[in-house]
Amino acid sequence: MGNESYKVEQISVFLENKAGRLAEVAKVLGNAGINIRALSLADTTDFGILRLILNDREKAKSVLKEAGFTVGITEVIAVEVDDKPGGLATILTLLSENGVNVEYMYAFVERSGGNAVLIFKFEHLDEAIELLSSNGITVLPGERVYNL
Amino acid sequence: MIWNEEYETMPREALEALQVKRLRSMLERIYATVPFYRRKLDEAGVTPDSIKSLEDLQRLPFTTKDDLRDNYPFGLFTVPLHQVVRIHASSGTTGKPTVVGYTRRDVETWAELMARSLMAAGIGKDDIIQNAYGYGLFTGGLGVHYGAEKIGATVIPISGGQSKRQLMIMRDFQSTAITCTPSYALHLAEVAEEEGMNPKGTKLKVGVLGAEPWSEEMRKEIENRWNINAIDIYGLSEIIGPGVSIECTEGKHGLHIFEDHFIPEIIDPDTGEVLPYGEYGELVITTITKEAFPVLRYRTRDITRLIPEPCRCGRTMVRMDRVRGRTDDMLIIRGVNIFPSQIEEAIISTEGLEPHYMIVVDREENLDIMEVQVEVSEELFHKVGDTVRGLQSISRKLEKDIKEMFGISVRVKMVEPKSLQRFEGKAKRVIDNRKIFNNQK
Repeated sequence: MGNESYKVEQISVFLENKAGRLAEVAKVLGNAGINIRALSLADTTDFGILRLILNDREKAKSVLKEAGFTVGITEVIAVEVDDKPGGLATILTLLSENGVNVEYMYAFVERSGGNAVLIFKFEHLDEAIELLSSNGITVLPGERVYNL
Repeated sequence: MIWNEEYETMPREALEALQVKRLRSMLERIYATVPFYRRKLDEAGVTPDSIKSLEDLQRLPFTTKDDLRDNYPFGLFTVPLHQVVRIHASSGTTGKPTVVGYTRRDVETWAELMARSLMAAGIGKDDIIQNAYGYGLFTGGLGVHYGAEKIGATVIPISGGQSKRQLMIMRDFQSTAITCTPSYALHLAEVAEEEGMNPKGTKLKVGVLGAEPWSEEMRKEIENRWNINAIDIYGLSEIIGPGVSIECTEGKHGLHIFEDHFIPEIIDPDTGEVLPYGEYGELVITTITKEAFPVLRYRTRDITRLIPEPCRCGRTMVRMDRVRGRTDDMLIIRGVNIFPSQIEEAIISTEGLEPHYMIVVDREENLDIMEVQVEVSEELFHKVGDTVRGLQSISRKLEKDIKEMFGISVRVKMVEPKSLQRFEGKAKRVIDNRKIFNNQK
């Protein structure tokens, strides 16, 4: 498998800091029957960026746009680690020692409970995928992440 | 106190005769030296020698800020540059400033007018004037400076900003007068109180305040907090700078226009028709003694009215009421003139931003705060990525560009696309929450 299948499409939504905007996104997705796999919210005093991993990106994108949101698609990668102390540190150390910059990241725990999944945004995705895989770290294919 | 009794108290009849004489000579000069004016006068079918009375002024064409822009930078000067000893500039409606020039005699005229103004405000040679108007292309600083020197007062050319330093100098040098914008006078009082300094305990006795509109309530507050006389001064660089008109300490009701140098008219801004004394409309000024940069029926865009009743101070010059608004969308933020069109240019020249914006002005702790709201487009989101840093790099750049244009700080706020109101006709791009004139229309 080439690197492409390891890239995960993440939906980003620009949110103005005002009451009810986040709820509105959740409602739009809920009404469309879209499941949120993972999410994170980066916020400033003025605005926030909501990042979502969803089971149906295309549909999500169109319903969100219809509802008037600014929507972007960003490629990220998902890494699976044992849900135990030190798991994250190992990976971050590896990245930093090899000069790979993390633009942002967030994490969630799989429903089955055994593993944690880390979502990373890198400037150079291919480089990161190769570095992680060649060091025995499990990079999850996109298809698996959407259906976790 | 009157600086120039002869002119300031001249009987109306003699004053009007002098105005007609000076107007005609001014028209002869601009007709002979400025192609723009020659064309306008020819189109209006008027020759300088056909002007026999002040009523004839109404037959003459107006000059607008756009005309100044079209003749940027020196196209309306009546003298060659080697006779110009000073240049000043103010904001134009677009990226280019409005440029004005002064001959040596113009600088002297201006100093005379400012000497009259300061004296009308009760300032004399024994005073120590802390001049907190900005020095530079803005006319405020140097205008006050020359007038202050002319009356023999002591000038502290401190310029604007650095409030704590202003207060230290005020206390240590024992300033008796301050010249600045009214909002800055209030702000300084607040900083003084925060610093544990009692504004009422200073030697300050008068403030000559202008360069922005203010209300009677604000005057009372400034006077109470500082325990001073707060005097309104009016001027604009296109006419000469500060010193076009000023209140006197006796009347404090309306600003005397120095009519031996300027002819004021009030017009209906829509029809251009001249309105009678007492009616509110747009102030139009013709300069009749300026050499380098005279203007004919210049539309100031300021809304006021003329008060012809004699004032108890003895000056015969007509008074204008305090400016109560603008006929255009110009904003005055901390004394700096800003047109929404200039902000729009800065937005359009920022890659990724679209010209959907709103300017929100507030006054916090007596300082004007300007916020520019711009919509984030999908293209921008794609271009800079979905990172906070990426989006903020755009808003910071715009903040920096605007700061470079005007020298004042602004907050840029990113908002959702299509969240700002769309306009079919004339867009309303400004929400001014300062409510300077609460009790007026």
